Amino acid sequence: MTAAAAVSRRWRPPPLIKRAWLRWLLGLGGVIYLGLAFGTTEVNWARVWEGLPRGARFIAAFFPPDFTSRWGEIVEGIAESIWMTVVSTVVGIAISIPVGIGAARNIAPAPVFYLCRAFLALSRSFQEVILAIFFVKLFGFGPFAGFVTLAFATIGFYGKLLAEDIEDMHPAQAEAVRATGAGFLQWINFGVQPQVMPRMIGLGLYRLDINFRESAVLGIVGAGGIGATLNTSFERYEFDSAAAILLIIIGLVMLAEYCSGYLREWVR
Amino acid sequence: MLRIRGLTKRYRTGEVALQGVSLEIPDSQVMALIGPSGAGKSTLIRCVNRLVEPTAGTITLNNTEITTLGRSGLRRARRRLGMIFQEFALVERLTVMENVLSGRLGYVGFWQSWFRRFPQVDIDEAFRLLARVGLDQMADKRADELSGGQRQRVGICRALIQTPELLLVDEPTASLDPRTSRQIMRLMKELCAERKPLSAIINIHDVMLAQSFAERIVGLRLGEVVYDGPPAGLTAEVLTRIYGEEDWSASIREVEDEGAAVHAVALQPPQPDRDRMAGLT
Repeated sequence: MTAAAAVSRRWRPPPLIKRAWLRWLLGLGGVIYLGLAFGTTEVNWARVWEGLPRGARFIAAFFPPDFTSRWGEIVEGIAESIWMTVVSTVVGIAISIPVGIGAARNIAPAPVFYLCRAFLALSRSFQEVILAIFFVKLFGFGPFAGFVTLAFATIGFYGKLLAEDIEDMHPAQAEAVRATGAGFLQWINFGVQPQVMPRMIGLGLYRLDINFRESAVLGIVGAGGIGATLNTSFERYEFDSAAAILLIIIGLVMLAEYCSGYLREWVR
Repeated sequence: MLRIRGLTKRYRTGEVALQGVSLEIPDSQVMALIGPSGAGKSTLIRCVNRLVEPTAGTITLNNTEITTLGRSGLRRARRRLGMIFQEFALVERLTVMENVLSGRLGYVGFWQSWFRRFPQVDIDEAFRLLARVGLDQMADKRADELSGGQRQRVGICRALIQTPELLLVDEPTASLDPRTSRQIMRLMKELCAERKPLSAIINIHDVMLAQSFAERIVGLRLGEVVYDGPPAGLTAEVLTRIYGEEDWSASIREVEDEGAAVHAVALQPPQPDRDRMAGLT
């Protein structure tokens, strides 16, 4: 029998948080907060019970969906939403390309980088509905405010992801193109663009999808599109027409989902 | 002829990669640069085309002082310096042809390159080079569909279509198997001989390959030249000076073997290169 076999060394995986007191403090603090939060949530079960049949009546009012009586307005709203979606996506992406290139730390000089990052942070800091309220005040009711809102939001989304994708590229491939004596734009076109293109096409389609869904919400704050039609039908208690609009929105979103999935497969 | 005088590179971290290196590479010379990792080999060749900015010293390529050039002057100088990379550094999602033609970017305008409307002479030259390395059937394949040896041949074509005066070669065989490594080194040597006065600086880890294919060896250690001479001069003592203490007897015996092998090959009738390269996959 050897001495080494007698003394076996204990092993435990190292803890995520090294300091024991901090680990216990965070754990206990979290449990106490959750206990208090659930303890103070007021649920009036009597009112929930009374609300159930009212909810059932409300949902029943959606059936059968009525496509015919407001068909004209629905078609107009859908057309407006699609216009808003397509134009804002194209304009937003077009503007976000230079901004995104400027916001990539590995290729932009420091002042340009900070300027572009600040602009992207600004355009990402507000949710679309808040932007829409602001732009409706600025440009008046209608789809133009919706278009500006979605384009602005698209710049923040697409520019940031483009910048991050450029930062993740293979530096060797870009360096090789630079070593041939290429100019800056040629370098972007040959050394950088091929590396980010497939992902950016996929994200462009995804943004188109998001913009269509957002366009349905923006109508509620007055920025035009199918959302305005939907809002009107709710206000007139025409729930059967509202149901028709909701079904059309679901159908279009699913169609967009299917098409973009197919296209993304194709570009690889 | 490339003339390097007192080249020093200090990185912003304070690390000194090169300390006062002076070298002259005459026309038509294939020179191997050996040395341990971190000796400054990569930094040295990247200072020549200023992918890395030198801290001090001068670099002159056929009477052009490279170290003081402005933006457009540097672009024009880079066209004259072909570069071949470790791991090939092809743009993987572009076709073989686009990768080769990217070597002409310093010569064509932006819109020409954007629409891929390169001059017919460039396209002819690209096909000629691809045929020379046995890849003319692959022109429209995407670069990431090729094997390692094929990719490095495309990399060589991209460098040569620049009609360079000097090739800067960074670890060309680091990710290739031994047989492909030898083929690539032989190809580069042959191409330099075909295109006189083209010369080459080849960074390489493999001492045996360096001895077999270069006519001059420069050993770098901690940013300083510690050996500059013919391949035959690499004795155990010299290798220890470059890399540090180690039992070098195996490498030295290889030197003698290589010498014998070269003689044996020289006695055989020369084979046509085209067949030798084209038969490879």
